[in-house]
Amino acid sequence: MNPLTQFPSIQLPALGVPPIFAPLFSHKVPAGFPSPADDYVEGRLSLDQHLVPHKDSTFFVRAKGSSMIDAGIFDGDLLVVDKSIEPVSGHIVIAVIDSELTVKRLHRQGDQVTLKPENPRFKDIILKEGQELQVWGVVTSTVKKFI
Amino acid sequence: MPIALVDCNNFYVSCERAFNPKLEGKPVVVLSNNDGCAVARSNEVKALGIKMGEPWFKMEKFAKQHGIIALSSNYALYGDMSARVMSILSNFSPRQEMYSIDECFLDLAGFPEESLIAYGLTIRQTIKRHTGLPVCVGIASTKTLAKLANHCAKKGLAGEEGVCDFGRLSDDELGTVFSSLPVNEVWGVGRRITEKLQSMGIHTVQALRTSSPELIRQRFSIVLERTVLELNGVSCIELDQVGVPQQQILVSRSFGQTVTALDDLMESISFFTTRAAEKLRRDGSVAGNVCVYVRTNPFKESDPQYDRSIVVPIIATDDTSKLTHAAMTGLKAIYRIGYQYKKSGVMLMALEPKGQQQGSLFDDVAEDGRADQRMKVMDAINQRMGKGSITLASSGIKQRWAMRRENKSPNYTTEWGELPVVM
Repeated sequence: MNPLTQFPSIQLPALGVPPIFAPLFSHKVPAGFPSPADDYVEGRLSLDQHLVPHKDSTFFVRAKGSSMIDAGIFDGDLLVVDKSIEPVSGHIVIAVIDSELTVKRLHRQGDQVTLKPENPRFKDIILKEGQELQVWGVVTSTVKKFI
Repeated sequence: MPIALVDCNNFYVSCERAFNPKLEGKPVVVLSNNDGCAVARSNEVKALGIKMGEPWFKMEKFAKQHGIIALSSNYALYGDMSARVMSILSNFSPRQEMYSIDECFLDLAGFPEESLIAYGLTIRQTIKRHTGLPVCVGIASTKTLAKLANHCAKKGLAGEEGVCDFGRLSDDELGTVFSSLPVNEVWGVGRRITEKLQSMGIHTVQALRTSSPELIRQRFSIVLERTVLELNGVSCIELDQVGVPQQQILVSRSFGQTVTALDDLMESISFFTTRAAEKLRRDGSVAGNVCVYVRTNPFKESDPQYDRSIVVPIIATDDTSKLTHAAMTGLKAIYRIGYQYKKSGVMLMALEPKGQQQGSLFDDVAEDGRADQRMKVMDAINQRMGKGSITLASSGIKQRWAMRRENKSPNYTTEWGELPVVM
Protein backbone atom coordinates (compact mmCIF):
# COMPACT_ATOMS: atom_id res chain seq x y z
CA MET A 1 0.00 0.00 0.00
CA ASN A 2 1.09 3.54 -0.65
CA PRO A 3 2.25 4.80 2.77
CA LEU A 4 0.95 8.26 2.01
CA THR A 5 -2.66 7.07 1.89
CA GLN A 6 -2.44 6.22 5.57
CA PHE A 7 -2.50 9.91 6.39
CA PRO A 8 -5.46 12.19 5.97
CA SER A 9 -4.75 13.89 2.69
CA ILE A 10 -5.38 17.20 1.04
CA GLN A 11 -6.16 17.03 -2.61
CA LEU A 12 -4.64 19.75 -4.73
CA PRO A 13 -6.81 21.18 -7.48
CA ALA A 14 -5.78 19.88 -10.86
CA LEU A 15 -7.09 20.07 -14.39
CA GLY A 16 -6.49 16.91 -16.37
CA VAL A 17 -3.43 16.21 -14.31
CA PRO A 18 -3.25 13.16 -12.03
CA PRO A 19 -4.09 14.33 -8.52
CA ILE A 20 -1.25 14.68 -6.09
CA PHE A 21 -1.57 13.66 -2.49
CA ALA A 22 0.22 15.59 0.18
CA PRO A 23 0.21 14.02 3.61
CA LEU A 24 -1.12 16.15 6.41
CA PHE A 25 0.96 15.21 9.40
CA SER A 26 -0.84 15.26 12.70
CA HIS A 27 2.41 16.09 14.40
CA LYS A 28 4.00 19.43 13.58
CA VAL A 29 7.70 19.78 13.04
CA PRO A 30 9.12 21.49 16.14
CA ALA A 31 10.61 24.62 14.65
CA GLY A 32 10.10 26.86 17.63
CA PHE A 33 9.18 26.49 21.24
CA PRO A 34 8.04 22.87 21.79
CA SER A 35 4.54 22.38 23.14
CA PRO A 36 4.78 21.91 26.90
CA ALA A 37 1.68 19.69 26.79
CA ASP A 38 3.16 17.24 24.30
CA ASP A 39 4.40 14.72 26.85
CA TYR A 40 1.06 14.71 28.61
CA VAL A 41 -1.16 13.73 25.69
CA GLU A 42 -3.34 10.82 26.75
CA GLY A 43 -6.29 9.02 25.21
CA ARG A 44 -9.73 10.64 25.37
CA LEU A 45 -11.91 9.61 28.28
CA SER A 46 -14.12 6.71 27.31
CA LEU A 47 -17.54 6.22 28.88
CA ASP A 48 -17.42 2.64 27.71
CA GLN A 49 -14.29 1.98 29.72
CA HIS A 50 -15.75 3.81 32.70
CA LEU A 51 -19.15 2.10 32.75
CA VAL A 52 -18.35 -1.24 31.13
CA PRO A 53 -15.06 -2.64 32.39
CA HIS A 54 -16.16 -6.20 31.52
CA LYS A 55 -17.74 -5.95 28.10
CA ASP A 56 -18.31 -9.68 27.59
CA SER A 57 -20.44 -10.03 30.71
CA THR A 58 -22.20 -6.66 30.63
CA PHE A 59 -25.78 -6.26 29.40
CA PHE A 60 -28.13 -3.30 29.27
CA VAL A 61 -31.69 -3.48 30.54
CA ARG A 62 -34.50 -0.93 30.68
CA ALA A 63 -36.13 -0.10 34.05
CA LYS A 64 -39.90 0.11 34.20
CA GLY A 65 -42.08 1.42 37.02
CA SER A 66 -41.26 3.20 40.24
CA SER A 67 -40.23 0.51 42.73
CA MET A 68 -36.64 1.81 42.95
CA ILE A 69 -37.05 5.59 42.79
CA ASP A 70 -35.39 6.17 46.18
CA ALA A 71 -32.30 4.47 44.79
CA GLY A 72 -32.36 6.92 41.89
CA ILE A 73 -33.76 4.46 39.35
CA PHE A 74 -36.71 5.89 37.43
CA ASP A 75 -39.07 4.62 34.77
CA GLY A 76 -37.22 4.31 31.46
CA ASP A 77 -33.71 4.50 32.90
CA LEU A 78 -31.01 2.43 31.29
CA LEU A 79 -29.34 0.02 33.70
CA VAL A 80 -25.84 -1.35 33.19
CA VAL A 81 -25.74 -4.94 34.46
CA ASP A 82 -22.56 -6.94 34.98
CA LYS A 83 -23.16 -10.67 35.33
CA SER A 84 -19.55 -11.42 36.32
CA ILE A 85 -19.86 -9.67 39.69
CA GLU A 86 -20.56 -11.89 42.71
CA PRO A 87 -23.72 -10.44 44.31
CA VAL A 88 -23.45 -9.45 47.97
CA SER A 89 -25.88 -7.89 50.44
CA GLY A 90 -26.39 -4.23 49.56
CA HIS A 91 -26.00 -4.63 45.79
CA ILE A 92 -28.80 -3.60 43.50
CA VAL A 93 -29.51 -6.73 41.48
CA ILE A 94 -31.64 -8.03 38.64
CA ALA A 95 -33.35 -11.12 40.05
CA VAL A 96 -35.66 -13.71 38.57
CA ILE A 97 -38.95 -13.68 40.51
CA ASP A 98 -41.89 -15.71 39.17
CA SER A 99 -40.09 -16.00 35.81
CA GLU A 100 -39.89 -12.20 35.49
CA LEU A 101 -36.80 -10.05 35.66
CA THR A 102 -37.01 -7.54 38.47
CA VAL A 103 -34.65 -4.91 39.89
CA LYS A 104 -34.38 -4.68 43.69
CA ARG A 105 -31.78 -4.21 46.42
CA LEU A 106 -30.39 -7.45 47.83
CA HIS A 107 -30.46 -7.84 51.62
CA ARG A 108 -29.07 -10.78 53.48
CA GLN A 109 -29.21 -11.24 57.23
CA GLY A 110 -28.04 -14.63 58.40
CA ASP A 111 -30.03 -17.10 56.30
CA GLN A 112 -32.77 -14.62 55.50
CA VAL A 113 -32.63 -13.18 52.00
CA THR A 114 -34.86 -10.24 51.09
CA LEU A 115 -35.29 -8.27 47.88
CA LYS A 116 -36.07 -4.71 48.93
CA PRO A 117 -37.76 -2.17 46.69
CA GLU A 118 -36.72 1.42 47.37
CA ASN A 119 -40.10 3.05 47.47
CA PRO A 120 -42.26 2.86 50.63
CA ARG A 121 -45.32 2.06 48.51
CA PHE A 122 -43.89 -1.35 47.57
CA LYS A 123 -43.58 -4.48 49.69
CA ASP A 124 -40.41 -6.43 50.39
CA ILE A 125 -40.00 -9.76 48.63
CA ILE A 126 -38.97 -12.26 51.31
CA LEU A 127 -37.58 -15.57 50.18
CA LYS A 128 -39.12 -18.56 51.93
CA GLU A 129 -37.09 -21.45 53.20
CA GLY A 130 -35.94 -23.71 50.43
CA GLN A 131 -36.71 -21.06 47.81
CA GLU A 132 -33.61 -20.33 45.80
CA LEU A 133 -32.82 -16.80 44.73
CA GLN A 134 -31.71 -16.49 41.14
CA VAL A 135 -29.63 -13.37 40.59
CA TRP A 136 -29.43 -12.53 36.88
CA GLY A 137 -26.82 -9.82 37.31
CA VAL A 138 -25.58 -6.95 39.44
CA VAL A 139 -26.54 -3.38 38.48
CA THR A 140 -23.37 -1.29 38.37
CA SER A 141 -24.75 2.03 37.14
CA THR A 142 -27.64 3.78 35.46
CA VAL A 143 -27.55 5.97 32.40
CA LYS A 144 -30.03 8.81 32.24
CA LYS A 145 -30.48 10.96 29.16
CA PHE A 146 -32.26 14.28 29.39
CA ILE A 147 -32.62 14.99 25.70
CA MET B 1 -1.15 -32.52 23.89
CA PRO B 2 -4.58 -32.04 25.50
CA ILE B 3 -7.28 -30.24 23.53
CA ALA B 4 -10.61 -29.07 24.91
CA LEU B 5 -13.80 -28.73 22.94
CA VAL B 6 -16.18 -26.26 24.58
CA ASP B 7 -19.70 -26.57 23.18
CA CYS B 8 -22.78 -24.60 24.24
CA ASN B 9 -25.78 -26.76 25.13
CA ASN B 10 -28.79 -26.24 22.83
CA PHE B 11 -27.18 -22.92 21.93
CA TYR B 12 -30.05 -21.01 20.27
CA VAL B 13 -32.57 -22.12 22.88
CA SER B 14 -30.15 -21.22 25.67
CA CYS B 15 -29.65 -17.73 24.21
CA GLU B 16 -33.42 -17.20 24.26
CA ARG B 17 -33.67 -18.50 27.83
CA ALA B 18 -30.86 -16.25 29.02
CA PHE B 19 -33.16 -13.26 28.48
CA ASN B 20 -36.55 -14.84 29.00
CA PRO B 21 -36.76 -16.90 32.21
CA LYS B 22 -40.30 -17.94 31.28
CA LEU B 23 -38.80 -20.37 28.77
CA GLU B 24 -36.89 -22.22 31.50
CA GLY B 25 -38.00 -25.83 31.88
CA LYS B 26 -40.45 -25.57 28.98
CA PRO B 27 -40.22 -27.35 25.61
CA VAL B 28 -38.74 -24.79 23.17
CA VAL B 29 -37.78 -25.10 19.49
CA VAL B 30 -36.08 -22.48 17.36
CA LEU B 31 -37.08 -22.53 13.70
CA SER B 32 -34.86 -21.88 10.69
CA ASN B 33 -35.20 -18.88 8.36
CA ASN B 34 -38.79 -18.39 7.21
CA ASP B 35 -39.91 -20.54 10.12
CA GLY B 36 -39.16 -23.61 8.02
CA CYS B 37 -37.89 -26.34 10.31
CA ALA B 38 -36.45 -27.01 13.75
CA VAL B 39 -32.81 -25.93 14.03
CA ALA B 40 -32.51 -26.02 17.83
CA ARG B 41 -34.35 -28.04 20.43
CA SER B 42 -34.46 -27.85 24.19
CA ASN B 43 -34.01 -31.14 26.07
CA GLU B 44 -37.77 -31.21 26.73
CA VAL B 45 -38.44 -31.07 23.00
CA LYS B 46 -35.83 -33.75 22.29
CA ALA B 47 -37.57 -35.94 24.87
CA LEU B 48 -40.85 -35.48 22.94
CA GLY B 49 -39.14 -37.09 19.97
CA ILE B 50 -38.91 -34.07 17.66
CA LYS B 51 -35.95 -34.50 15.31
CA MET B 52 -33.44 -31.92 14.15
CA GLY B 53 -34.57 -30.41 10.85
CA GLU B 54 -38.19 -31.50 11.22
CA PRO B 55 -40.41 -29.15 9.18
CA TRP B 56 -42.63 -26.95 11.30
CA PHE B 57 -45.80 -27.61 9.31
CA LYS B 58 -45.44 -31.31 10.10
CA MET B 59 -45.16 -30.84 13.84
CA GLU B 60 -47.43 -27.83 14.32
CA LYS B 61 -50.43 -29.79 15.60
CA PHE B 62 -48.33 -32.01 17.85
CA ALA B 63 -46.56 -28.91 19.17
CA LYS B 64 -49.85 -27.27 20.14
CA GLN B 65 -50.93 -30.39 22.01
CA HIS B 66 -47.72 -30.49 24.04
CA GLY B 67 -47.34 -26.77 24.62
CA ILE B 68 -44.15 -26.51 22.60
CA ILE B 69 -43.01 -22.92 22.22
CA ALA B 70 -41.70 -22.21 18.72
CA LEU B 71 -39.47 -19.19 18.14
CA SER B 72 -38.19 -17.72 14.89
CA SER B 73 -34.42 -17.60 14.74
CA ASN B 74 -32.83 -14.41 16.08
CA TYR B 75 -29.35 -14.38 14.57
CA ALA B 76 -28.50 -10.90 15.88
CA LEU B 77 -28.86 -12.27 19.40
CA TYR B 78 -27.08 -15.57 18.76
CA GLY B 79 -24.20 -13.83 16.99
CA ASP B 80 -23.65 -11.40 19.85
CA MET B 81 -23.81 -14.13 22.49
CA SER B 82 -21.42 -16.29 20.46
CA ALA B 83 -18.91 -13.42 20.25
CA ARG B 84 -19.08 -13.01 24.03
CA VAL B 85 -18.49 -16.72 24.65
CA MET B 86 -15.55 -16.83 22.21
CA SER B 87 -14.02 -13.72 23.75
CA ILE B 88 -14.26 -15.14 27.28
CA LEU B 89 -12.78 -18.45 26.09
CA SER B 90 -9.80 -16.63 24.59
CA ASN B 91 -8.72 -15.94 28.18
CA PHE B 92 -8.40 -19.66 28.87
CA SER B 93 -5.82 -20.60 26.24
CA PRO B 94 -3.33 -18.84 24.00
CA ARG B 95 -4.60 -20.89 21.04
CA GLN B 96 -8.24 -21.30 20.14
CA GLU B 97 -10.16 -22.39 17.08
CA MET B 98 -13.71 -21.13 16.75
CA TYR B 99 -15.14 -24.17 15.07
CA SER B 100 -18.74 -22.99 14.75
CA ILE B 101 -21.09 -20.42 16.25
CA ASP B 102 -21.32 -22.44 19.48
CA GLU B 103 -18.18 -24.61 19.50
CA CYS B 104 -14.57 -23.77 20.21
CA PHE B 105 -11.40 -25.84 20.46
CA LEU B 106 -8.82 -24.74 23.03
CA ASP B 107 -5.23 -25.92 23.07
CA LEU B 108 -4.39 -26.93 26.64
CA ALA B 109 -0.79 -28.01 25.95
CA GLY B 110 1.43 -27.34 28.92
CA PHE B 111 -1.38 -27.28 31.47
CA PRO B 112 -0.92 -29.76 34.35
CA GLU B 113 -2.84 -32.84 33.23
CA GLU B 114 -4.17 -33.78 36.65
CA SER B 115 -5.97 -30.46 37.02
CA LEU B 116 -7.62 -30.32 33.60
CA ILE B 117 -11.01 -31.39 34.96
CA ALA B 118 -10.91 -28.56 37.48
CA TYR B 119 -9.92 -26.20 34.67
CA GLY B 120 -12.84 -27.45 32.58
CA LEU B 121 -15.21 -26.81 35.48
CA THR B 122 -13.85 -23.27 35.83
CA ILE B 123 -14.45 -22.66 32.11
CA ARG B 124 -17.97 -24.00 32.42
CA GLN B 125 -18.83 -21.94 35.50
CA THR B 126 -17.31 -18.77 34.05
CA ILE B 127 -19.29 -18.97 30.81
CA LYS B 128 -22.46 -19.76 32.74
CA ARG B 129 -22.05 -16.86 35.14
CA HIS B 130 -20.81 -14.26 32.68
CA THR B 131 -23.30 -15.00 29.90
CA GLY B 132 -26.00 -17.23 31.38
CA LEU B 133 -25.26 -19.96 28.83
CA PRO B 134 -24.63 -23.60 29.80
CA VAL B 135 -21.65 -25.28 28.13
CA CYS B 136 -20.04 -28.71 28.28
CA VAL B 137 -16.30 -29.33 28.05
CA GLY B 138 -14.67 -32.39 26.48
CA ILE B 139 -10.94 -32.88 26.93
CA ALA B 140 -8.73 -35.38 25.08
CA SER B 141 -5.47 -35.72 23.18
CA THR B 142 -6.92 -35.15 19.67
CA LYS B 143 -9.71 -33.06 18.16
CA THR B 144 -11.75 -36.11 17.17
CA LEU B 145 -11.51 -37.51 20.72
CA ALA B 146 -12.29 -34.09 22.24
CA LYS B 147 -15.52 -34.02 20.19
CA LEU B 148 -16.43 -37.45 21.57
CA ALA B 149 -15.48 -36.42 25.11
CA ASN B 150 -17.82 -33.44 24.75
CA HIS B 151 -20.62 -35.76 23.62
CA CYS B 152 -19.98 -37.92 26.71
CA ALA B 153 -20.01 -34.83 28.96
CA LYS B 154 -23.38 -33.78 27.50
CA LYS B 155 -24.91 -37.23 27.94
CA GLY B 156 -23.34 -37.75 31.37
CA LEU B 157 -21.69 -40.93 30.07
CA ALA B 158 -18.28 -40.25 31.57
CA GLY B 159 -17.00 -37.51 33.78
CA GLU B 160 -19.27 -35.31 35.82
CA GLU B 161 -20.98 -31.92 35.85
CA GLY B 162 -20.56 -31.33 32.17
CA VAL B 163 -16.82 -31.94 31.97
CA CYS B 164 -15.23 -35.10 30.60
CA ASP B 165 -11.47 -35.71 30.34
CA PHE B 166 -10.58 -38.88 28.45
CA GLY B 167 -7.04 -38.51 29.77
CA ARG B 168 -8.34 -39.49 33.20
CA LEU B 169 -9.86 -42.75 31.94
CA SER B 170 -7.95 -46.04 31.68
CA ASP B 171 -7.85 -47.82 28.34
CA ASP B 172 -10.41 -50.34 29.63
CA GLU B 173 -12.78 -47.61 30.75
CA LEU B 174 -12.43 -45.88 27.38
CA GLY B 175 -13.15 -49.19 25.66
CA THR B 176 -16.37 -49.57 27.64
CA VAL B 177 -17.50 -46.03 26.78
CA PHE B 178 -16.62 -46.41 23.09
CA SER B 179 -18.41 -49.76 22.88
CA SER B 180 -21.63 -48.03 23.97
CA LEU B 181 -21.40 -45.28 21.34
CA PRO B 182 -22.73 -45.80 17.79
CA VAL B 183 -20.11 -45.17 15.12
CA ASN B 184 -22.00 -42.19 13.64
CA GLU B 185 -21.15 -40.17 16.78
CA VAL B 186 -17.59 -39.86 15.45
CA TRP B 187 -16.69 -36.48 13.94
CA GLY B 188 -16.76 -36.70 10.15
CA VAL B 189 -18.64 -40.00 9.98
CA GLY B 190 -21.81 -39.09 8.10
CA ARG B 191 -24.75 -41.17 7.00
CA ARG B 192 -23.17 -42.76 3.91
CA ILE B 193 -19.96 -43.70 5.68
CA THR B 194 -21.97 -45.07 8.61
CA GLU B 195 -23.96 -47.34 6.31
CA LYS B 196 -20.84 -48.66 4.64
CA LEU B 197 -19.07 -49.21 7.98
CA GLN B 198 -22.10 -51.06 9.31
CA SER B 199 -22.10 -53.33 6.28
CA MET B 200 -18.52 -54.23 7.26
CA GLY B 201 -19.66 -55.05 10.79
CA ILE B 202 -18.33 -51.82 12.30
CA HIS B 203 -21.18 -50.52 14.45
CA THR B 204 -19.56 -48.85 17.45
CA VAL B 205 -16.86 -46.25 18.02
CA GLN B 206 -14.79 -49.01 19.63
CA ALA B 207 -15.04 -51.15 16.50
CA LEU B 208 -13.85 -48.27 14.31
CA ARG B 209 -11.07 -47.43 16.74
CA THR B 210 -9.70 -50.98 16.64
CA SER B 211 -9.96 -51.29 12.86
CA SER B 212 -6.81 -51.36 10.78
CA PRO B 213 -6.05 -47.84 9.56
CA GLU B 214 -4.65 -49.21 6.29
CA LEU B 215 -7.83 -51.16 5.60
CA ILE B 216 -9.94 -48.08 6.28
CA ARG B 217 -7.78 -46.04 3.90
CA GLN B 218 -8.16 -48.67 1.16
CA ARG B 219 -11.93 -49.00 1.56
CA PHE B 220 -12.67 -45.33 2.27
CA SER B 221 -10.16 -42.51 2.20
CA ILE B 222 -7.11 -41.05 3.82
CA VAL B 223 -9.48 -38.74 5.71
CA LEU B 224 -11.19 -41.62 7.50
CA GLU B 225 -7.81 -43.26 8.14
CA ARG B 226 -6.82 -40.09 9.99
CA THR B 227 -10.03 -40.35 12.01
CA VAL B 228 -9.05 -43.85 13.11
CA LEU B 229 -5.59 -42.62 14.09
CA GLU B 230 -7.13 -39.69 15.97
CA LEU B 231 -9.42 -42.10 17.84
CA ASN B 232 -6.23 -43.81 18.99
CA GLY B 233 -4.74 -40.61 20.28
CA VAL B 234 -2.52 -39.81 17.28
CA SER B 235 -3.10 -36.15 16.48
CA CYS B 236 -3.60 -35.63 12.73
CA ILE B 237 -5.89 -32.60 12.57
CA GLU B 238 -4.27 -29.30 13.43
CA LEU B 239 -5.97 -26.48 15.27
CA ASP B 240 -7.14 -23.92 12.74
CA GLN B 241 -6.37 -20.65 14.35
CA VAL B 242 -8.51 -17.59 14.18
CA GLY B 243 -7.64 -14.96 11.63
CA VAL B 244 -7.51 -17.14 8.54
CA PRO B 245 -9.43 -15.04 6.00
CA GLN B 246 -12.43 -16.65 4.39
CA GLN B 247 -12.17 -18.07 0.88
CA GLN B 248 -15.60 -16.82 -0.10
CA ILE B 249 -18.49 -14.92 1.39
CA LEU B 250 -21.99 -16.17 0.77
CA VAL B 251 -25.21 -14.35 1.60
CA SER B 252 -28.40 -16.04 0.50
CA ARG B 253 -31.89 -16.48 1.77
CA SER B 254 -35.22 -18.02 0.95
CA PHE B 255 -37.97 -15.47 0.47
CA GLY B 256 -40.97 -15.16 2.76
CA GLN B 257 -43.13 -15.54 -0.37
CA THR B 258 -42.25 -16.33 -3.95
CA VAL B 259 -41.55 -13.42 -6.27
CA THR B 260 -41.78 -13.20 -10.04
CA ALA B 261 -40.67 -9.68 -10.96
CA LEU B 262 -37.11 -8.78 -11.88
CA ASP B 263 -37.46 -5.69 -9.67
CA ASP B 264 -38.02 -7.77 -6.56
CA LEU B 265 -35.10 -10.04 -7.37
CA MET B 266 -32.91 -6.99 -7.97
CA GLU B 267 -33.82 -5.65 -4.54
CA SER B 268 -32.90 -8.91 -2.85
CA ILE B 269 -29.61 -9.24 -4.75
CA SER B 270 -28.69 -5.65 -3.95
CA PHE B 271 -29.47 -6.23 -0.28
CA PHE B 272 -27.41 -9.43 -0.12
CA THR B 273 -24.48 -7.82 -1.95
CA THR B 274 -24.50 -4.96 0.56
CA ARG B 275 -24.34 -7.45 3.43
CA ALA B 276 -21.59 -9.48 1.78
CA ALA B 277 -19.57 -6.33 1.03
CA GLU B 278 -19.76 -5.32 4.69
CA LYS B 279 -18.29 -8.68 5.69
CA LEU B 280 -15.66 -8.32 2.97
CA ARG B 281 -14.51 -4.94 4.32
CA ARG B 282 -14.55 -6.22 7.88
CA ASP B 283 -12.09 -8.95 6.82
CA GLY B 284 -9.96 -6.39 4.97
CA SER B 285 -10.37 -8.24 1.67
CA VAL B 286 -11.38 -7.46 -1.90
CA ALA B 287 -13.35 -9.71 -4.27
CA GLY B 288 -12.50 -10.43 -7.90
CA ASN B 289 -15.62 -12.42 -8.78
CA VAL B 290 -19.28 -11.96 -7.96
CA CYS B 291 -21.50 -15.02 -8.26
CA VAL B 292 -25.27 -14.57 -8.39
CA TYR B 293 -27.86 -17.30 -8.29
CA VAL B 294 -31.63 -17.63 -8.29
CA ARG B 295 -33.89 -20.62 -7.98
CA THR B 296 -37.50 -21.67 -7.72
CA ASN B 297 -38.87 -23.90 -4.97
CA PRO B 298 -37.67 -27.46 -5.68
CA PHE B 299 -40.18 -28.86 -3.18
CA LYS B 300 -43.09 -27.52 -5.20
CA GLU B 301 -42.80 -30.07 -7.95
CA SER B 302 -45.93 -28.93 -9.76
CA ASP B 303 -44.31 -25.57 -10.57
CA PRO B 304 -41.91 -25.12 -13.50
CA GLN B 305 -38.38 -25.27 -12.10
CA TYR B 306 -35.48 -22.94 -12.78
CA ASP B 307 -32.07 -22.86 -11.15
CA ARG B 308 -29.23 -20.76 -12.55
CA SER B 309 -26.06 -19.09 -11.38
CA ILE B 310 -23.48 -16.91 -13.08
CA VAL B 311 -20.04 -15.63 -12.17
CA VAL B 312 -19.21 -12.03 -13.07
CA PRO B 313 -15.49 -11.13 -12.97
CA ILE B 314 -14.53 -7.62 -11.88
CA ILE B 315 -11.40 -5.69 -11.02
CA ALA B 316 -10.93 -6.70 -7.39
CA THR B 317 -12.76 -4.28 -5.12
CA ASP B 318 -14.59 -3.91 -1.80
CA ASP B 319 -16.84 -1.09 -3.02
CA THR B 320 -20.51 -1.91 -2.47
CA SER B 321 -21.68 0.01 -5.51
CA LYS B 322 -19.22 -1.70 -7.88
CA LEU B 323 -20.01 -5.14 -6.46
CA THR B 324 -23.73 -4.43 -6.70
CA HIS B 325 -23.37 -3.26 -10.28
CA ALA B 326 -21.62 -6.53 -11.18
CA ALA B 327 -24.24 -8.57 -9.34
CA MET B 328 -27.05 -6.78 -11.21
CA THR B 329 -25.40 -7.42 -14.56
CA GLY B 330 -25.25 -11.11 -13.66
CA LEU B 331 -28.83 -11.21 -12.44
CA LYS B 332 -30.16 -9.60 -15.61
CA ALA B 333 -28.31 -12.21 -17.66
CA ILE B 334 -29.84 -15.18 -15.87
CA TYR B 335 -33.33 -13.83 -15.09
CA ARG B 336 -36.14 -15.51 -17.00
CA ILE B 337 -39.71 -14.35 -16.86
CA GLY B 338 -42.50 -16.72 -15.82
CA TYR B 339 -41.03 -18.46 -12.80
CA GLN B 340 -41.95 -18.34 -9.12
CA TYR B 341 -38.60 -17.52 -7.50
CA LYS B 342 -38.08 -18.74 -3.94
CA LYS B 343 -34.44 -18.06 -3.23
CA SER B 344 -31.55 -15.92 -4.39
CA GLY B 345 -28.00 -15.48 -3.27
CA VAL B 346 -24.73 -13.66 -3.80
CA MET B 347 -21.29 -15.16 -3.37
CA LEU B 348 -18.15 -13.04 -3.39
CA MET B 349 -15.21 -15.09 -4.66
CA ALA B 350 -11.54 -14.77 -5.59
CA LEU B 351 -10.92 -12.96 -2.31
CA GLU B 352 -7.54 -11.50 -1.52
CA PRO B 353 -6.20 -9.12 1.08
CA LYS B 354 -6.84 -5.50 0.17
CA GLY B 355 -3.81 -3.62 -1.08
CA GLN B 356 -2.00 -6.65 -2.46
CA GLN B 357 -3.54 -6.83 -5.90
CA GLN B 358 -1.97 -5.32 -8.96
CA GLY B 359 -3.50 -2.05 -10.09
CA SER B 360 -4.81 -1.52 -13.57
CA LEU B 361 -3.34 1.04 -15.93
CA PHE B 362 -6.71 2.77 -16.12
CA ASP B 363 -7.45 2.80 -12.38
CA ASP B 364 -8.88 6.06 -11.17
CA VAL B 365 -6.86 6.46 -7.98
CA ALA B 366 -8.76 9.53 -6.82
CA GLU B 367 -12.12 7.82 -7.30
CA ASP B 368 -10.84 4.73 -5.44
CA GLY B 369 -9.89 6.97 -2.52
CA ARG B 370 -13.31 8.61 -2.50
CA ALA B 371 -15.01 5.19 -2.70
CA ASP B 372 -12.97 4.06 0.31
CA GLN B 373 -14.14 7.08 2.24
CA ARG B 374 -17.73 6.49 1.18
CA MET B 375 -17.65 2.87 2.35
CA LYS B 376 -16.06 3.86 5.66
CA VAL B 377 -18.80 6.39 6.30
CA MET B 378 -21.48 3.91 5.28
CA ASP B 379 -20.13 1.20 7.60
CA ALA B 380 -19.73 3.66 10.46
CA ILE B 381 -23.29 4.96 10.16
CA ASN B 382 -24.75 1.47 9.90
CA GLN B 383 -22.74 0.37 12.90
CA ARG B 384 -23.87 3.31 15.01
CA MET B 385 -27.47 3.71 13.87
CA GLY B 386 -28.32 0.08 13.24
CA LYS B 387 -28.03 -2.24 10.27
CA GLY B 388 -29.50 -0.99 7.03
CA SER B 389 -29.71 2.67 8.11
CA ILE B 390 -27.99 3.55 4.86
CA THR B 391 -28.28 1.22 1.90
CA LEU B 392 -28.18 1.58 -1.83
CA ALA B 393 -31.58 2.59 -3.15
CA SER B 394 -31.54 -0.57 -5.24
CA SER B 395 -31.96 -2.66 -2.08
CA GLY B 396 -35.50 -1.36 -2.16
CA ILE B 397 -37.98 -0.31 0.44
CA LYS B 398 -40.74 -2.74 -0.39
CA GLN B 399 -38.66 -5.86 0.31
CA ARG B 400 -41.48 -8.12 -0.78
CA TRP B 401 -39.01 -10.99 -0.55
CA ALA B 402 -38.21 -10.36 3.11
CA MET B 403 -38.11 -13.22 5.56
CA ARG B 404 -41.05 -14.57 7.45
CA ARG B 405 -40.19 -14.46 11.13
CA GLU B 406 -43.47 -14.43 12.93
CA ASN B 407 -42.25 -15.24 16.41
CA LYS B 408 -38.83 -13.63 16.79
CA SER B 409 -37.65 -12.50 20.21
CA PRO B 410 -36.33 -8.93 20.61
CA ASN B 411 -32.71 -8.13 19.72
CA TYR B 412 -31.96 -7.93 23.45
CA THR B 413 -28.28 -7.12 23.08
CA THR B 414 -27.96 -5.23 19.81
CA GLU B 415 -30.84 -2.72 19.64
CA TRP B 416 -31.38 0.10 22.14
CA GLY B 417 -35.12 -0.10 21.57
CA GLU B 418 -35.36 -3.82 22.32
CA LEU B 419 -33.55 -4.21 25.65
CA PRO B 420 -34.94 -6.56 28.32
CA VAL B 421 -37.33 -4.74 30.67
CA VAL B 422 -37.15 -5.03 34.48
CA MET B 423 -39.88 -3.90 36.89
